Amino acid sequence: MYLIDASFGKTVRIAAFEGGRRLEAKLRQIGLMPGDTVTVVRAAPLGGPLLLDVQGRLVAIGRGVASRVVVEEIECVSH
Amino acid sequence: MRFALIGQPNCGKSTLFNQVAGYKAQTGNFAGTTVSYTESRVRVLGEVVEIVDLPGTYTLEGTNPAEREVLNYLASREVDAVINVLDATHLFHGLALTIELLELGRPLVIAVNMMDEAVRMGVRIDGPKLEELLGAPVLPLVASRGRGVRDVFVTALNVARSQHIPPRPNYARDVEEAIQSIAAGIDGQFAPLRGEAMAAMLLEGDAHFTQRVSSELPELLPVAREAQEHILNVRGQDAARVLAAERHALAASLAEKVVERHEHRLTLRDRLDDVLLHPIFGYVALIAILYLFFQGVYGFGSLVERPILAFFDNLEKWLVPLIGGQNLVGALAAGLLQGISGGVAIVLPYLVPFLVGLGLLEDVGYLPRMAFLMDSLMHRLGLHGKAIVPFILGYGCNVPAIMSTRILDDPRERLLAATLSTLVPCAARLSVVFGLVAFYLGPNIALAIYLFNLFVIAVTGRILSRMIPEDTPGLIMEIPVYRTPTLRNVLAKAWFRVHDFVVEAWPVLIAGSAVLALLTYLNLTPYFNLMLRPISWLLGLPSQVGVPLIFGILRKELSLIMLRQALGGASFAAALTPVQMITFSVFVVFYIPCLATLSALRRELGGKAMLGIAGLTVLIASLAALIARGVASLVL
Repeated sequence: MYLIDASFGKTVRIAAFEGGRRLEAKLRQIGLMPGDTVTVVRAAPLGGPLLLDVQGRLVAIGRGVASRVVVEEIECVSH
Repeated sequence: MRFALIGQPNCGKSTLFNQVAGYKAQTGNFAGTTVSYTESRVRVLGEVVEIVDLPGTYTLEGTNPAEREVLNYLASREVDAVINVLDATHLFHGLALTIELLELGRPLVIAVNMMDEAVRMGVRIDGPKLEELLGAPVLPLVASRGRGVRDVFVTALNVARSQHIPPRPNYARDVEEAIQSIAAGIDGQFAPLRGEAMAAMLLEGDAHFTQRVSSELPELLPVAREAQEHILNVRGQDAARVLAAERHALAASLAEKVVERHEHRLTLRDRLDDVLLHPIFGYVALIAILYLFFQGVYGFGSLVERPILAFFDNLEKWLVPLIGGQNLVGALAAGLLQGISGGVAIVLPYLVPFLVGLGLLEDVGYLPRMAFLMDSLMHRLGLHGKAIVPFILGYGCNVPAIMSTRILDDPRERLLAATLSTLVPCAARLSVVFGLVAFYLGPNIALAIYLFNLFVIAVTGRILSRMIPEDTPGLIMEIPVYRTPTLRNVLAKAWFRVHDFVVEAWPVLIAGSAVLALLTYLNLTPYFNLMLRPISWLLGLPSQVGVPLIFGILRKELSLIMLRQALGGASFAAALTPVQMITFSVFVVFYIPCLATLSALRRELGGKAMLGIAGLTVLIASLAALIARGVASLVL
């Protein structure tokens, strides 16, 4: 499953990044790493970006980026 | 003695810097406000210390020019102590950078900022424990209120004097062995960098340092390659990834040991985004905020402009005949006076409230939310939401706007964003639009010019992004929490920007007015006007606009003030028709950026790009003004 498919309010764990070193480095720099849990909290309309809650911090990522982040569902709903 | 301030974007470094240095660094509640470094001298315990505010960075891995700059600075110049500013509310994310700094082997002080905010969010941080775990002093800080500032600098002075070097971070054994195998070949050649720091960067395959080593210590490269391969074999991942994961894990375990989170009630601030980022109300709010903003600027400006203008008119009527009316001295005096009054009456009344308002929006943290809302629109310009930052800054002044394009990751995007942000009407051009169009024809027409400007930028963006195609990787941007701006910071920032106008532009403006008065007195202006006649004819403007337009390249506000002069000091309403006012304003909004902007373009993109952009803007200005002329003649 990709991050773009995750439903609002659901916490998922990042499994891997697809789509090249540069994208990966950029995500890493903002503090997103495989193994981290994130929650999609909102989305901008008209194909705008997603707003993620990364352990209390808000990070906006475009849908193109979100469709290259592989995530897995986790059992507990909140961390 | 020299201290470097370093931290993640938006952690409050610049706020700390300004606390000690007076207002010198640009601050704002979004990433990338400080794009080049600012230095200032301060006195700590009687010793003069240079303090350097480095651009915010998430890691020392340089993937964009702003980050490159940080590492180059730390690696190339003698810094006596590094002050690492962390955001207490997101300690974990800041610690990854701290771990990289521990690696460098420079005296280090850790300042945990926004302690008040952390308390509000129910976050408690065990400072002494963090200090023990890191082996470097850790101090609490509330930079916005100046609390803890003195202690941070005194401690920095102490670690700098004693050259207290913190211990290296503890990586997993295989990683550590790989680093040591490279570091064994280094013997202080890269001081003040610790050998292991260079080794770690070589292991990661950092392009810049690999190049440096290939010229200074080429025998090290095969060793580094071997270590990289070893890590790849053992871990099944390249060393850069492994090291990043190691640091991430170290930061996580540190944070786990020192951060205690309590539940906190959702406050109004937490709920603000429900409205401001709402798919519908968010845009309603965006438009309302911008509308109020412009109304506020106009309301204040026009209130002040009339009486000041009247005062200077009377002064001129009284003073000029006193000096001798129509002779050279009289003409010069009138010119000087008009330059002075132009600054006081036409520029400042709009510039000051605009900058105060922009400062408020910045410090509250609304700008990145605008980027979030506008991202899909920006995509249509071939850019992404982050590029909204240069655009917004551009409304203040194009120079910081062009400098802020460094936060963008690829050169194509930087070129595109820089080109488009020169089309954004800066505060100086605002004074032309407001002083002429809003003053005589009402604020709604001024607003229409601003909307038309956005439209032209959009069309230009689309055309240019087709001409230089490449897919953009997409938006990745942190959205900061809302913060209550401090009046002191907002006013200081506005003053910092106004100051620029007063010391740099105003003298040029006054001198320019005098030169123009001289040209008029000597009857030379017709020649200049003749040169620009093709353009003024095309746009249906009186030929006298030629000289003001030339002066407008020096400083944009000159074009209006000079126009007043060129029209013989008569009221604009008497000398220009409404259509001409609109056409003139639209042309001024788009044509050749001012000298300061041109030099910023040359610095960031090179001379060729600068000339290209200047040429392009003349073309765009002529087309846009023609369209405006056509539409205005039909409507008015």
